[in-house]
This record gives sequence, structure tokens and C-alpha cells, in this order.
Amino acid sequence: MGWETVIGLEIHVELKTASKMFCGCDASFGGEPNTRTCPVCLGLPGVLPVLNGRAVELAARFALALGCSIAPRSVFHRKNYFYPDMPKNFQISQYDLPLATGGYLDVDMGGYVRRVGITRVHLEEDTGKSVHVGESGRIHGADYSLEDFNRAGVPLMEVVTEPDLRSPEEARLFLQELKAVLETLEVSDCRMEEGSLRCDANISLRPEGSSGFGVKTEVKNMNSFRSLQRALAYEEERQRQLLEQGGEVVQETRHWNEEEGITQSMRTKEYAYDYRYFPEPDLVPLELEEAYIEALRKSLPEMPAGRRERFRREYGLPEQDIAVLTSSRAMADYFERGVRTGADPKAMSNWMMGELSAHLNASGLDITEVKVTPEMLAEMISLIASGTISGKIAKSVFEEMLSTGSDARSVVERRGLTQISDEGELREVVARVVEANPRSVEDFRSGKEKALGFLVGQVMKETRGRANPELANRLVREALEERGD
Amino acid sequence: MKPFEMTAWEARKALRSGEVGAQELVRSVLERIEEVEEEVRAYVTLTPEEALRAAEKADERLRRGEDPGGAGGIPMAVKDVLCTRGVRTTCSSRMLQDFVPVYDATVITRLRGEGLTMVGKANMDEFAMGSSTENSFFQVTRNPWDLARVPGGSSGGSAAAVAAGEALWALGSDTGGSIRQPASFCGLVGLKPTYGLVSRYGLVAFASSLDQVGPITRDVRDCALLLSLIAGHDPRDSTSLQADLPDYLSALDRGVEGMRLGVPVELIGEGLDPGVRERVEEAFRLLEGLGAEVEETSLPSLAHALSAYYIIAPAEASSNLARFDGVRYGFRAEGAGDVLEMYGRTRAAGFGPEVKRRIMLGTYALSAGYYEAYYGQAQKVRTLIIEDFRRAFSRYDLLLSPTSPTTAFRVGEKVEDPLSMYLSDVCTIPVNLAGIPALSLPCGLDGGLPVGLQMMAAPLQEERLLRAAHAFEQALGRRFIAPLNGGGGGS
Repeated sequence: MGWETVIGLEIHVELKTASKMFCGCDASFGGEPNTRTCPVCLGLPGVLPVLNGRAVELAARFALALGCSIAPRSVFHRKNYFYPDMPKNFQISQYDLPLATGGYLDVDMGGYVRRVGITRVHLEEDTGKSVHVGESGRIHGADYSLEDFNRAGVPLMEVVTEPDLRSPEEARLFLQELKAVLETLEVSDCRMEEGSLRCDANISLRPEGSSGFGVKTEVKNMNSFRSLQRALAYEEERQRQLLEQGGEVVQETRHWNEEEGITQSMRTKEYAYDYRYFPEPDLVPLELEEAYIEALRKSLPEMPAGRRERFRREYGLPEQDIAVLTSSRAMADYFERGVRTGADPKAMSNWMMGELSAHLNASGLDITEVKVTPEMLAEMISLIASGTISGKIAKSVFEEMLSTGSDARSVVERRGLTQISDEGELREVVARVVEANPRSVEDFRSGKEKALGFLVGQVMKETRGRANPELANRLVREALEERGD
Repeated sequence: MKPFEMTAWEARKALRSGEVGAQELVRSVLERIEEVEEEVRAYVTLTPEEALRAAEKADERLRRGEDPGGAGGIPMAVKDVLCTRGVRTTCSSRMLQDFVPVYDATVITRLRGEGLTMVGKANMDEFAMGSSTENSFFQVTRNPWDLARVPGGSSGGSAAAVAAGEALWALGSDTGGSIRQPASFCGLVGLKPTYGLVSRYGLVAFASSLDQVGPITRDVRDCALLLSLIAGHDPRDSTSLQADLPDYLSALDRGVEGMRLGVPVELIGEGLDPGVRERVEEAFRLLEGLGAEVEETSLPSLAHALSAYYIIAPAEASSNLARFDGVRYGFRAEGAGDVLEMYGRTRAAGFGPEVKRRIMLGTYALSAGYYEAYYGQAQKVRTLIIEDFRRAFSRYDLLLSPTSPTTAFRVGEKVEDPLSMYLSDVCTIPVNLAGIPALSLPCGLDGGLPVGLQMMAAPLQEERLLRAAHAFEQALGRRFIAPLNGGGGGS
């Protein structure tokens, strides 16, 4: 009997706001421990939360982009449980009246499109970070624990999908597409390694053709796209073996152990919670006016899937190019700025996928950090197109532009790299070369075409690469044939 | 009259006329504290240096012909539930015995701008849970009218301080009657403002949807004055109202003629002391004499107010008090082997029995499977109460009742019987559930102890409350001064 895998994801996204969810503290990543705190995010006696309007706006933008309906009235609840990284021992979150519900995201799964339903999108606050010192590395059995509350109160958006994904690979591709959407909307930095994008997964197996659900497990602690796919593949196989041996899957939370490549049961007392949700009395219900929602809807940028489609249509680029150019919003923006300046789309794409990507990989820089702007790259491409420099010379020009930030024209001028396309000037060089290499002339005449290439190479050498290659070729051939007459 | 016997308004005038100096006034109060505090035990923490510094500043400003601010030079007691930067704020709990806030509550910030002259932090029931100030980790506060009796609670320290001359006025907080009932027991005026009129930022939360800060004063004018100093929108409190505030003082003299006053029969039924009933009915007659119409009415949902309150308030409290865990500040029990044991030991030793009782009640009420039956049901009752009040205020300008069914009871009398203690707040609790303003003022004595009359109004109708209370107070024409002589065995 075959099995079908059913996966649903729960994604936590740190929103890109300047300040925290309920106070004015700096919400950015890092900082000396406990320096980005105030009475409110430390949960001192007597403090009250005030909602960050920017966080609401970012989450609403995201929800609208995914076709969700925004609740005209949503409510914050308290989720009560004790843990040392939670200053109040409750988390302000949304419960039965979330910000938005019922959207979807279409994901290209490599040959077919899967529509993944979005169950809900809601707002909550992040917790602090614990460091447990001692053998166990966990709170139980630690010698002591340290708490850093810099992250406590950072705005979080939780996104819950329908159980629409059918394989670990689909889960990864979905999350990558979601990340592209989040970046396009500028809702989050989406740095999985910094925890600004976190993903938990529910996974179960059912007999192929069945429409019910099997018993699911929840898998946590996957810190990259790769580990998401690996963890789910492991869990899929574990469940399959269990079921095929006549065993039963236990509904539980399992922890992905990256080093050992396995999932482990996390059943301990600390996770047996009754959260005792009730409406947060210190906040009033969040009411969003229709006009506000409409204004947000109108301001939405083009989504990654739409942009890919447009790249296909407008620029006629091959799929390979489109995939690379739309891998991030910054990359696609860079490309389009170049094209808008006048660069040929394919030439722009080639330079970006070749030299520029190599530079980014080698330097570890982000495309937004390179010294060559898309306008500068476009200008260089135009110098090639007009015959001012050769493609070969351009590579060395581009290298200098990347390291110094100078524009192409001044590099070319300073280093005297302008291509020689003047026929008279080049004819003189050709004459000298032909004169100096009688043996090659002989070879050519006796039918050795290779000699032509050698002589053109000598012309390039004489001109330090500046000769227009096509012209040099023609002139050498003319000179040889002339002599033969 | 000795300076410590003045109302704040009298002191204000005396300061401006030069009849008395601010430092002289503060010293008079500090001497009175020396004299009677050992018996009354109103304060958890005294701040004489701070008070004298503030008085010095007030004197300086007066000398230069400047305004010392509405609170400048007038000694005030502040309930120890309001955060005061640099002055420990204990909530009368072992849990916060040594807790020194790094910030001021918004009401304190406002008052500092008006020359706050704080004499000390007043005792209370632990975390404002109680009706007698017997649930304090530190001490039992006594009623200056009879030291064998309680001052009421939970703002008992604030009320006792004002009644004993240990402050001219005070700040309290009221979640189910904690300003009005002690004001009633101590012969003072106490006001629970409309929910959202006064900022709760820096008020250590008991039940967030019910808590309000308000004045405890010697007369209605002082109440209007202090309210005008603390009321107003605060961006740090999301439940704070954005309303235009009237001039509470100038409204005082407009009288009650033509006002329609309703008396909910649900609040004058069983369990009411005969003496309290007599004084309150006399008060109704007096108001009629002033040209108001008084008639009985019915708000049927009030019968369920107490039950709903004892679900909602403990539920919120169980969550609000979760932060007291020994991790970041406050008391931490030693010797725990792991974090769960540390939580358990800290909370077992740090909280008193009434606080634990309410945390358990609230935790239970919010538990999975019980939520709808308890919390959900209580919220529905709350909605009905709001509706009943709304309907009543479409017919009446104010509603009247006794503040408490009894006068001050004896220390120890109800400590072992939480339910009878809870019944002490049966008339005041509906007001908090509805979020409306209510005021208690003395309307006579029964057996030598003050009886309080409660006036309730529609949201943001404080002006109307103060106006009717002032008219009543003028007509009654007497001051309620606790017969407390210092240095001896009291009365």
C-alpha cells in the first residue's frame, strides 16, 4: 500500500519595524544583552502595552497580498504559561479573532502549481532568549540560566497554512516562495539564521486515495530551508516505517536534531500547558477601517510569481535566467533598473548571472551592497554595444568598477582602453604585423587558416587588446589576400 | 484648627495667603504621624525628606509669587500600589518588599508637575485584594474612628492616613470598591472615576478591566481638585479615554434641584444594617428637600454582580500576578533545585493566603473546559449590568445606594470568612463592572461610626456626581472628624 504525506506549516515572521510590538524599544537583531529593554518589555509591575501601528500595517499588507480577508475587528488575547524568557509569564497574541483569515499562495513545484491555503495570519510578541549553562543545555538540568530580553516584545506575525503540502520538498519550495513574498513586501528580513523567519511543521501520513487525516506530529527547530526538508523527510520515513510495521504514530511535538539528522520526542512537563487564553484587558480590540484596508491593498507591489511571468513576457528571457533574477526582490529590482537605463535585457542578465554573481559569492556581499549600481553596469554594457570597448576588456573594467566604485567611462579613459575601431589606424598595425611575420603569411597562403588567428592575436597584442576584434580579423584577411594577388 | 486638620482646599488658600508655610504644614503632619502612626499604622513607607524637599520648593515658589502647583505643599498619602521612582513600592506584599521602581506611574508624573508633596506610601490589602487592609504582609491598619475596627480596604492605609491627620488627602485605587468602602468606613469622600478617565500606567494591576485610580479626601471640593489633577488621556494606557474634561471645581455649586435620582432596590435589600439603612434613607429625604426627585427603581442584573466579579477579577489577577516569579525582580525563595521549584517556592512564600486564593480561583475559571461556563458567563452578566445601568441613566441623573451594607467591622471579625468579607463590596462592585463613576461621601454616624452614601453616574458624568455630593455635603453641614487623640489608647 502506498502512503500520501500531508504537511501543514506554522511560520513565525519577525516584522521589520523600528520599535517593538508594545513599547518604543529598538526591535533590531542583536545588541548587548538586555540593553534594548524598558519597563514595558521587561514586564515590570504596573506597565501597559501600546500597539505598534506599523506592525499591524505590515501584517495586513502580507495578508492582503495572499488574498486573505482582514477582520474589521480583531482581538488580542493573553496566552498564559510560565517560562523565564517571558517577562510577564503570558504572551500577548491573537486567538479566536485573528487579524486575517482565508488566503492562499500558488507555488511552482517544478512542473506543476500547488495552491496552498492560508488558514490565518495573526500578530503576537516574541519572547526573550535563554542561555542554559550546564551539561544538559536545556532548562532542566542546567546549572544556571541567563536571560536576554532584547528580543522580548519584538513584533511577530504567525502564518498558519492548510494541510495542503504533499512532500518535504513541497514544504521547502512553499517556504522559499513565502520568503520571496515577504521580501517583496518588505515585511521582514527573513533571516532564518537570525530567527526572523521560523517554521514548525505538522506532518502525517495517510493511505493513498484516502481523504481522512492520519495522526500527526509537530516538528520544531528547523533553522534553514534544507533542514526543513531533511527533518520532514526523516519524519515521513519514520512514520511510514511505524505504520508499515503495524505501529501507531503518537501525536506529539518532536525536536529536529540537526547534528544527528533525526527528530526526537520532546514530551516533558514543561510542554504540558493549558494556556488559559482570555482577551487582553489592557488593549482595546483592533478595528481597521475599510478605507485603510483599501489603501493598503492599492499600495501592494507586484508579487514574485507575477514578476516572473512578466519577465518571461517582456524580456523573453530563458527560464534559467528568470529563476536567478527573481530569486530575490533586490536582484530583480537591480535587473530592471539596468534595463530601464537602456541595457539589453539578455546582456544585463548575462553580466548579473556571470561576473556579478561570482563577485557576490566571493565577497559575501548582498546585491544591495555592491559598489556598481545597475545604472553603472548598464553604461558599461552600452560601451560594449557601441564598440567603445571589447567584451574582453569589459571584464577587466568591471572588475575595477567593483573594487573601486568608479564608473566604466572613467576607468576606460584613465587606462586608455578605448577600442580601436578606426580603420586607418588599425590598417597600419596590421601592415606592421604582416611584415614582421613572413612565415605565417606563407602558412596562410599554403592553406593553413590557423595562421590567420595567430596574426590577429599579434594585432591584439600590439594594441594591448584594444583592437576591435571583428575589424582586426577583416583587415588581416584583406592584407593577406591582397598580398596574394 | 491645626494645620494637619485642614482640607487641601483650605491649605491651598492658607499657603497662598501666607497664613501657613508649606514646610510648616508638612511638619505639622509629620508631628501628627509621630503622634498617632504607632496606633493607626497607615503607612508602609514614610518619605519625610521627600515631603520636606517638595515643601521647600513650594515655599520658594510662593515667596517668588509663583503658583506652587495644585498639589504643591499639600501633604499626600499615596497607596503603595502606584509606582514611585526611587521609593519602594510593595503592594503590601512580601513579593515586592524591597522593590524600588525605576519609573513613576503617570498619575505620579502628573502630580509631580503640580508640586506633589508625598508623605509616604500607604498600607493596603496585598495587591489590593481585600476589604479591610488586614491582608497586608506588613501590618493591620486601624480605623481612626475606633482602633479596634478596620479602616476598610483595600485602600485602608490611604483612608486611615487622611482620617487620622497623617495626610490631607490621598490616592487610592478601586477595583470593586477599594476607594469608596474605606472612605465610607473612615468618614471621607472617595471617588472611583469612569474607567479610562485616569491613567492606569504604573498602577500595579489587580484586575485590569476594573482598576481605576482615584482620590480619597476630606470633602467634595478636595475630591474635585484632586480629580482635576490626575484625570486625562495618557498615550501609555490604551484603555485611556480621549475626552474633553470639564472644570470639576466650577461645577460644584450648581445644586441638585430638578435632578432625578434612582435607588436600585437590589442594593438596599437583605444584609443591610438597620442603622445604615436609616442614615441612607435620611440622606434621600435631605436630597428631596434640596429639590431632587428620589424614587426606587430596579436593575435586576445587579443580583449577579458579585458572582460575575469573583470570576472576572480573579481571572485577570491570576494572569497579572504571573510575572511575580522570582526571575527578574522582587522576592525569590532560596534553595530550589530547578526553575519550577523556584517558581513554586517563591510564590508559596511571597504571596499571602487571600492572593493565593484569588489566583487559584482565576486559574480555575480560565481553565480549558471551564472557560465558557465561568469566564464566558461572567462576561455576559457584565454586559447585562452595563445595559441595566445604561437604561437606568436614561431615566435618572444619578443612582443612590449605601456604599457598604455595614459600618466598619472589628479587626479579625471577617478574616476567617472570605465570603462575608466579599459581601462587604456588594454595593460597590457593580460600578466597576459597568465602568461608571461613583462617589462615596459620609451621610451620618451609626453607633459613632461613619456611614457612606454612594452616588453613581453615567460614564464621564463625574461633574454631576461632584455637584450633587457637594450640595448634599453643604446641606448636611457637618465635618466628619475622627475622634482620635494622639499618644494614648485612642478612643
